[in-house]
Amino acid sequence: MQFFLLLALILLSAVAYYLGRKRALTVAGGQIRNLHSLPSFYGSYTALWCGLPALAVLALWAALQPDILTNLVVADLPTELRDLPPDQLNLVVNNLKNLVSGHFVSSTTDPAMQAAAERYQNLRLIGNAALWVVALSIAMGGIAYAWRRIAPTLRARNSVESVVTIFLIASSTVAIFTTIGIILSVVFESLLFFRQVPVSEFLFGLQWSPQTALRADQIGSSGAFGAVPLFGGTLLISGIAMLVAVPIGLMSALYLSEYATPKFRAFAKPALEILAGIPTVVYGFFAALTVAPLIREIGTALGLHVASESALAAGLVMGIMIIPFVSSLSDDVINAVPQSMRDGSYALGATKSETITRVLLPAALPGIVGSILLAVSRAIGETMIVVMAAGLSANLTANPLEAVTTVTVQIVTLLTGDQEFDSPKTLAAFALGLVLFVVTLILNIIALRVVRKYREQYE
Amino acid sequence: MNKPATGSATPPPSRNIKAIVHQNLARRRAAERRFRGYGLVAITLGLAFVVLMFGNIISKGLPAFWQTYIQVPITFDSTVLDPQGARDPQALANADYATLVRAGMRQLFPHVEGRLPLRALGGLISSDAAYELQRRIQDQPELLGSTQEVWLLASAAVDTFFKGNIDRTLPEAERPIKDNQIEWLDKLKTSGKIEKQFNAVLFQSGDSREPEQAGIRGALMGSFFTLLVTFLLSFPIGVATAVYLEEFAPKNRWTDIIEVNINNLAAVPSIVFGLLGLAVFINFFGLPRSAPLVGGLVLSLMTLPVIIIAGRAALTSVPPSIREAALGMGASKLQMVGHHVLPLAMPGMLTGSIIGMARALGESAPLLMIGMVAFIVDVPKNFLDPATVLPVQIYLWSDLPERAFVERTSAAIMVLLAFMILMNGLAILLRKRFERRW
Repeated sequence: MQFFLLLALILLSAVAYYLGRKRALTVAGGQIRNLHSLPSFYGSYTALWCGLPALAVLALWAALQPDILTNLVVADLPTELRDLPPDQLNLVVNNLKNLVSGHFVSSTTDPAMQAAAERYQNLRLIGNAALWVVALSIAMGGIAYAWRRIAPTLRARNSVESVVTIFLIASSTVAIFTTIGIILSVVFESLLFFRQVPVSEFLFGLQWSPQTALRADQIGSSGAFGAVPLFGGTLLISGIAMLVAVPIGLMSALYLSEYATPKFRAFAKPALEILAGIPTVVYGFFAALTVAPLIREIGTALGLHVASESALAAGLVMGIMIIPFVSSLSDDVINAVPQSMRDGSYALGATKSETITRVLLPAALPGIVGSILLAVSRAIGETMIVVMAAGLSANLTANPLEAVTTVTVQIVTLLTGDQEFDSPKTLAAFALGLVLFVVTLILNIIALRVVRKYREQYE
Repeated sequence: MNKPATGSATPPPSRNIKAIVHQNLARRRAAERRFRGYGLVAITLGLAFVVLMFGNIISKGLPAFWQTYIQVPITFDSTVLDPQGARDPQALANADYATLVRAGMRQLFPHVEGRLPLRALGGLISSDAAYELQRRIQDQPELLGSTQEVWLLASAAVDTFFKGNIDRTLPEAERPIKDNQIEWLDKLKTSGKIEKQFNAVLFQSGDSREPEQAGIRGALMGSFFTLLVTFLLSFPIGVATAVYLEEFAPKNRWTDIIEVNINNLAAVPSIVFGLLGLAVFINFFGLPRSAPLVGGLVLSLMTLPVIIIAGRAALTSVPPSIREAALGMGASKLQMVGHHVLPLAMPGMLTGSIIGMARALGESAPLLMIGMVAFIVDVPKNFLDPATVLPVQIYLWSDLPERAFVERTSAAIMVLLAFMILMNGLAILLRKRFERRW
């Protein structure tokens, strides 16, 4: 319905463009040089006057319609329904909405509800019809207004350009609003959580079993929200990942930039970066179905007890995923070291490997540390691999053969499935999200600063 | 370069040094070779992982593109399908087609008696067979009363058996295919009534609990709608932001904040965007759960930094002389950008956007948060229908224990990777074809 109205408005705007342009040419007497702006600007001017106000009305109606209609209908409900406490009234309204959209909630429908639903539908129909009339007449009015204003002296270009500039500025603030949105949503829900569970218990508690009681006297009713086992699990898996990724990534970068022939480099560098393009869910599948059973088999052959969802499997595969991340970042860093430093070292008789370990690496160290920090933040925030390959039960251990769980796994398990939104169980996910956001943010800021400082040093 | 200088001009004390250097030379060269070897090993390992993953997934997923079918003589019996003889389409649609399938199987093996063996016999054919017959009758009502040899979809267990993934030597109780079933299947096989055909179901149907009927069409359409929303939102906004920051913005605190912000957003874990989507789009704005619209909104916020960063790089690569020439000819700043700078930067921007879209296509973690993880059979038809996307479908299937689903998961991964390779290939092609060095 509203989609067709949108389409109609776009078509009308296109018509407005041609009308405006023609009008401009007419008032100029066919001589473009008499006009302040090019004719197309007069066209755009008219189109904007046609489209923008009507769009604003459309957006406003789309945002407010449900509330207005609900209020109108509720005001008309029988008094005994209207005087219900707010939460029960909400229930009634929900039933009403289900009735309107044709989902039958209960077989026994109250005649009053039926009537209200009918009224709601009527109002909606009227509202939509009115919207068509209002939006189209505003659009027509806009065209007429612009048509009358078009004159050779009208500064159409300036008006159109200021609208475009406003659009550009507004777009650039989306990123800011995203950050604000993230912070607000995570912090707000976390505050609700910390009202029920103290911060100190969350940050330093050793027990994690996010159950909430249905009845007060239930066994194991008290949920424990100590997140230390999750932090431990996250660190263990990320640590294993870094143990895989840093040596392989760094050595590959060194080999590619210092030893490899240009031909080999041209083949190997993109081939290695394929690893970065593979979706993480594929890594998760690989970890859960290929690597984890393999590790278990090897472990059993060696007489070790290996959990089927061992931290080792998830960490190993996550390490593979991060290899190209480390290698391409350190590659940039190594290439930024001036050639003169290498030449100086060679001139003193050092071999290539001596130059690398004694000159290149110390010179590139800050940059490499920065790239490793970025990789760590990537590992901590990685979700799919651990969701598919790591365990669910919180387990505070440093043994890589046991199953551990991570912050991201818990966020996913707490938030998938149907839960009411104000239980500590759901809110805990947001608190974990806050920790995740803050930690990765700090890591990123430090890393970016280190890398930038390092770049400046050699520029 | 590593050799110490040799010559008669060296004075006596350096002869000592020369001896020391010579003494160490073998050790140093060995160290050099070792170091080089480590590098080579590292890169070989990295490349081996690529080959291993692709090999593993392709070898698991390739068989899923073929599916076992069994040829059954079906009599479209009018007394069963149309007892009234009215040929009413509604009655025909609701008729009992499963009986026809059972009758057809009994015709193949007339000697089978007893309830359990008959049930085992029926179990060879997928429950989709009845719907297949229904579709045929609806397309061609004239089939009524005739007898046809029809290729029917075999059940997942039969399919797994013929793909060699069920060991015949296992004790009967541990096998999903029993002894009598193996006997029948062998008979069918020798009489040429079993065939592997291209698995069209995989691309034509939505999710299902029965592996042989499960397809990725629903997930593909969900991915398509989600990505469409993502592109429609993130591309214009991303390009506009890049243009503003690169061409118009004054250098001040505010633009500095925006810049730092964008760089940080690019590194925020994707799951945090999911939390944002859940709290803001679903709880605050009340948008429907599981809808591609919400998925697209979340993914576009994630893709935005990628597009902005790529867009700014593309804009800086356009030389200032172009701008100066345009301004010199009397163009306004916006005309200069719109007519000259933007068209020249567009290939670079498109390349960055396509790479960003490819990443969005593979993203699943934030979509789990906003409920795009449900079991959805129907193929979504618009932006508000409940849907799932291809990577999430892979995640859902990977949890299921049946061998046939492992195969299908790998096949879905192959389709996903094919799309990603296609998109990245397109980006490389764009870059190669339109990149200009100034």
